[in-house]
Amino acid sequence: MTTQVVSANRLDNGRVVYLAPSGQWIGALSEAEVAHDATAAESLLHRAATAIIDRLIVGPYLISVTAATGRPQAERLREQIRATGPTVAPAHHDRAA
Amino acid sequence: MVAIYHYDDADRTLVRERVAQFRDQVDRRLSGALTEEEFRPLRLMNGLYLQLHAYMLRVAIPYGTVSADQMRVLAAIARRYDRDYGHFTTRQNIQFNWIKLEETPDLLHDLAQVDMHAIQTSGNVIRNVTADHYAGAAADELDDSRIYAEIIRQWSTLHPEFSFLPRKFKIAVTASATDRAALKVHDIGVRLHERDGAPGFEVMVGGGQGRTPMIAKTIRDFLPEHDLLSYLEAILRVYNRQGRRDNKYKARIKILVHDLGAAAFAAKVEAEWAEIKDGPLGLPEAEVARIRHHFQPPAFRDLDAPNSLHVAKARIDPAFARWLRINTHAHKQPGYAIVDVSLKPVGGIPGDATADQMDALADIAAQYSFDEIRVTHTQNLVLPHVEEGALHAVWQALGRHGLATPNVGLASDIISCPGMDYCSLATARSIPIAQAISTRLADLDAQEDLGVLGIKISGCINACGHHHVGHIGILGLEKNGQEYYQLTLGGDPGADASLGEVIGKSFSAGGIVDAVEKITVAYRALRTPGEAFIDAYRRLGPAPFKETLYAAA
Ligand code: HEM
Ligand code: SF4
Repeated sequence: MTTQVVSANRLDNGRVVYLAPSGQWIGALSEAEVAHDATAAESLLHRAATAIIDRLIVGPYLISVTAATGRPQAERLREQIRATGPTVAPAHHDRAA
Repeated sequence: MVAIYHYDDADRTLVRERVAQFRDQVDRRLSGALTEEEFRPLRLMNGLYLQLHAYMLRVAIPYGTVSADQMRVLAAIARRYDRDYGHFTTRQNIQFNWIKLEETPDLLHDLAQVDMHAIQTSGNVIRNVTADHYAGAAADELDDSRIYAEIIRQWSTLHPEFSFLPRKFKIAVTASATDRAALKVHDIGVRLHERDGAPGFEVMVGGGQGRTPMIAKTIRDFLPEHDLLSYLEAILRVYNRQGRRDNKYKARIKILVHDLGAAAFAAKVEAEWAEIKDGPLGLPEAEVARIRHHFQPPAFRDLDAPNSLHVAKARIDPAFARWLRINTHAHKQPGYAIVDVSLKPVGGIPGDATADQMDALADIAAQYSFDEIRVTHTQNLVLPHVEEGALHAVWQALGRHGLATPNVGLASDIISCPGMDYCSLATARSIPIAQAISTRLADLDAQEDLGVLGIKISGCINACGHHHVGHIGILGLEKNGQEYYQLTLGGDPGADASLGEVIGKSFSAGGIVDAVEKITVAYRALRTPGEAFIDAYRRLGPAPFKETLYAAA
């Protein structure tokens, strides 16, 4: 059993969000609530199902994280990119930045 | 008047009603009256996907023709609803990456003001019809392929019988001997040619990319103009009835054509066609003339004594001379040229354009190209009708906005899908690989020496980046959480189309850039004078390239 958080996209603007301990859906993966076992993960999904009914989010799913520092970080590249945005800067942005 | 199809009232009403309908659907979704399961197909019918970071909107650009005014609206949309940029795709469309659902009805309303929309850019329908991006301009064309693309667009738009096909369906049209639209990797490719002075079509069926790439088979050499729509209808009917609906991966027409064999498939089409060929789908000459009227050539000036200002300027400015050599193309009207606008700056993101660049292009098109811009399937843009005397000014104006990279058709003119940086289906990133390769191969003299070389990259087996038909194709995959890249050689999208062959074991992200460079080195050593990469590969086969890549490893 890996440590997990639940992620989704906001219904209204599509942005990537994570469920925080406060019950809010937030943009920062590092602040997300971490489930350390299957029961906790189940509970995250349960609360996500409520958020679907409340029209806050779409498509919730669990992602594996490492939480060695206490702050969750995505394991898979795909989720790292969802958490921090594209790894490539669009043309008008300073590429060095 | 711009040579572009002008909407009549019926088209306009349809698009506006669709916006109003979608606004209502979005309201009902946001208020909870519709569930996501109910809403998803509705939003996809309007080109709205949910991607990695946000909603993504795909806007149709029929046969890649955009007016200056439309381009300005695309720029305004990029500013108002997105993050100041858009991505031009291999399907001659544009995608916006950071769209909010709640703002989409307003965005679609803005688009409709210039007769644009996102209808049939998604779903199992006949998608945006693509055509030769030099249509109406190329010296080597027989006719303007957009006339037939538009006829097909009108027939296929909201076609009641074909709104639930087994799978998506892509049609491309050309009207010249040079295939600039990758006909043979489309569900249907239609090529206009002439027999005894009369126009007719070669019809190719069952090409495609994705996980099972195939080259289309010609099932009719010469179809009279009059029969175009009835014959297409017959093909679609056979596919609609017999295409596999049980398995999404076997649902494209290419699988049906392959399983039945081209001859048996053609026989079924002919049988179906026999029933309907004399029916209402016949294409009267008057109707073709009516559509043709929308694609009148612009008011070219009579330039019998060509203005050779550009020739003189090229003599003293080698950078301009290079751009002329590489980024301009012969026009059918004396004294005019076609200008390729590269969206592939070294180290840049293939196909991306900023709002400022779009506005600049609109201005340049308004001043120098009769208001017209084209989108190419290679993710570049085109100014189709530029007076030769204005080429130097156009080059300078493009250069000021980073749009004059002289690399069209060369190694750094890379096709790349969005890959894992944006796409939820991706198995690996593709843009950073494109950036690293174009940076590695940046030297312009060396690129010119390499000649025509198509490097094409996809971030998963769906092959949106056309890697199967890349001279050098790259497919991004994932194993144990690591990105790795499979290399194919010998693909080609042209009239003599071929699919690339996997050359050996895959490479890491760093390794693939080295591998591409090694292939270019090997090709230089092995070619005969003047021999293009693809010809050298076809002559030599994979062996010498394998040796360079894997020897002593
Ligand atoms: C945003 C996300 C995208 C999604 C979800 C997506 C999805 C897909 C899928 C599932 C296929 C395979 C279809 C099949 O084999 O039946 C496909 C093929 C293709 N897509 Fe995309 N695509 C996306 C973006 C793009 C972009 C940006 C381009 C243009 C650069 C593009 C152009 C194509 C082309 C040319 C093909 C192959 C032709 C064919 O249909 O056989 N797609 N896409
Ligand atoms: S090839 Fe794959 S990764 Fe690339 S855009 Fe298509 S679906 Fe996405």
